Amino acid sequence: MEAQFAQWRHYVQRRPELQRSDADELEDHLRGCVDELVSVGLRADEAFLVAVKRMGRLDDLSREFAREHSERLWKQLALTGESNSLGAEIRSRGDLLAMVVCAAGAAASVKVPELFGMRLAEDGWFYGPNASLFALPWLAAFLAWRRQARRPLIGILALFMLGAVAANAYPLANTSQSVVITSIHLPIALWFVVGLAYVAEDWRSSRRRMDFIRFTGEWFVYFILIALGGGVLTAFTAGTFQAIGIDPEKFITQWLLPCGAAATTVVAAWLVEAKQSVVENIAPVLTRLFTPLFTAVLLAFLVAIVWTSAGINVEREALILFDLLLVVVLGLLLYSISARDPLAPPGLFDKLQLPLVLGALAIDVLVLLEITGRITEYGTTPNKAAALGENVILLANLAWSTWLLLRFVRRRTPFAALERWQTGYLPMYAAWAWIVVLAFPPLFSYV
Amino acid sequence: MKVAKDLVAASATPMVLGILTEGKSYGYAILRRINRLSGGELDWTEGLLYPLLHRLERLGYVESSWQSVTGERRRKYYRITDNGLAELAEQRRQWDTVVDALKEIWLGPGDVRPLTAIPLEGRAGQR
Repeated sequence: MEAQFAQWRHYVQRRPELQRSDADELEDHLRGCVDELVSVGLRADEAFLVAVKRMGRLDDLSREFAREHSERLWKQLALTGESNSLGAEIRSRGDLLAMVVCAAGAAASVKVPELFGMRLAEDGWFYGPNASLFALPWLAAFLAWRRQARRPLIGILALFMLGAVAANAYPLANTSQSVVITSIHLPIALWFVVGLAYVAEDWRSSRRRMDFIRFTGEWFVYFILIALGGGVLTAFTAGTFQAIGIDPEKFITQWLLPCGAAATTVVAAWLVEAKQSVVENIAPVLTRLFTPLFTAVLLAFLVAIVWTSAGINVEREALILFDLLLVVVLGLLLYSISARDPLAPPGLFDKLQLPLVLGALAIDVLVLLEITGRITEYGTTPNKAAALGENVILLANLAWSTWLLLRFVRRRTPFAALERWQTGYLPMYAAWAWIVVLAFPPLFSYV
Repeated sequence: MKVAKDLVAASATPMVLGILTEGKSYGYAILRRINRLSGGELDWTEGLLYPLLHRLERLGYVESSWQSVTGERRRKYYRITDNGLAELAEQRRQWDTVVDALKEIWLGPGDVRPLTAIPLEGRAGQR
C-alpha cells in the first residue's frame, strides 16, 4: 500500500507545476479518500484505485495548478525559491555557503599583494601573470568541495604551485614579451587544472570531460552576463558619487573591478552548477545561431581572397586574430557536439558544419604558409612561436575533426568517435599552455 | 443534474470562505462538506479546490499551516483571515442581491411573465 503511495507521489513530483508541498497536500487528500472508502467496506487496494480515479487525470490537475502558479514554469534559481526536497535544500545551502566563502576568498586574494607593497595601477608586470592565480584556485576549491574529491587534491595544489612558480620565478624584465605571453597562457593552463577539479576522480572519462566543456561554455556565458550587470553597477556608482562631488574612480579601479571579477569567476561556476538541470543550456543555442553566420563569413572571406588575389598581411595581431578565429570555429564545433544526441543520425546541421570547418582550415593553411615564410626570413620571437604553436595544434584538431565529420556524415563512423577525439585532445591544449609558460622564457633567454 | 461550470466557479470562493468561517479545515474535509451540503450535486474536483485555496492564500483571504497527522503524513490546514471575512461579507452582499432578484423573478407576486426579458433585449440591441 505504501509502495503504491510512493509511486503515486513519484508521478506527482515529476510535474514541474506540482511542488513538494502540493504533493503532500494531495497525498493527504488521497489518504483521506482511501480511509473513507475503507470505512464503508472496500479493501485497501480497491480503495486506492477508486481514490486515484476520483482525483482525475494528473494532466488536468497540473493544468489547473499551472494556472494559479504560472511562476513555477519559469524555473527559479536556488537563491530564494523553495527546493523540492529536503536533502537538496541542505545541499544547496551548503553550496551557497561554500560559494560565498570561495568568492570572498578570491576577492580578498586580489588585495593581498598590496600588503607587500604592490600597487595594481603601477605593478602590471606582477598582476598580469598572477591574475589567474588569485581567482582560479578558489574556483577549483569550490568545485573540489562540491565533488568531495580528495585524491586529486594534491595534484591540483601542486599544479597551482607550479603556476605560481612559472609566473614569478623567472628573471623577466618588466616590459618583456614573455610577461605578456605568460599572462595569456597561464590562465589557460590553470583553467585545465580547474577542469581537473571539475572532473575529479574520473578524469579519464570522455563523458566527464565533455561535461567540463559544457561547464566552460556555460561559465563563460554567465561570466559575461554578470560582467554586464557589473558594468551597470559601475556606471551608477561613478555617476551618483560624482554627482555629490566624490570621485569614486579609485574605488572602482582598485576595488570594485578587480575584486568583482575575481569573485565572479566563482559565482558564475556556482550558477552553472546550481542550474545545470534547470534551464536549457545557452551555449549550444548560441552555437546553432552562429554556425551558419560564421560559415557565411568564412566562405565570403575565402572568395574575397581568391577574387582580389591579395595575400594575407600577417602581422602579429593578424596572427592572433586568426588563432582566435580557429578557437571560435573549434568552439562552434565543440558546443554543437556537446548538445548533440550521440545516437541521432547525421542531419542538416552536421552537414552545415563541414563548410565551416573546411573554410577555417583553408584560411588557416594560407596563414600558416605566410607566417612560416616570415619566420624563416626574420627569425622568431616568443610571440610568433607561441602563436604558431597554437595554430598548428588547432589545425591538427580541425583537420582530423573534418575527417571524422565527413565520415560521420557519410555514416562510416559513429558520432561518438568525433566526441572522443575532441575530449581526448583536451590535454594537448593544456600541455602546450604549460610548455609556453614554463619553457618559453628560458628558451628565448628571458626576452 | 449537473451545475454549469461557470456557476460552480463563481460560487466557489464564497463557499470555501463560508465553510472556513466555521473553523479551520483542510482540503479533503472542505470537499466532503461541499458535497454533503449540496446533496452530492456539487462535485468539485481537486483541480478546482486546491488551486483555489492557493489563490485565496496568495490574496491573503486565508492562511495555512502544516500539522502532522499520523506518522509521516502532513496535513495543510486553512484558516480564514480578517481580510477573508471582509471579502466574504462583500461577496455575500453581491450574492444576496443576485439571489433576491432571482427569487423575485421566480417566486415573485402576481403572474409570472417570462417575456419581460424581450424589451430589455430590444433596448440593448438599439444601442
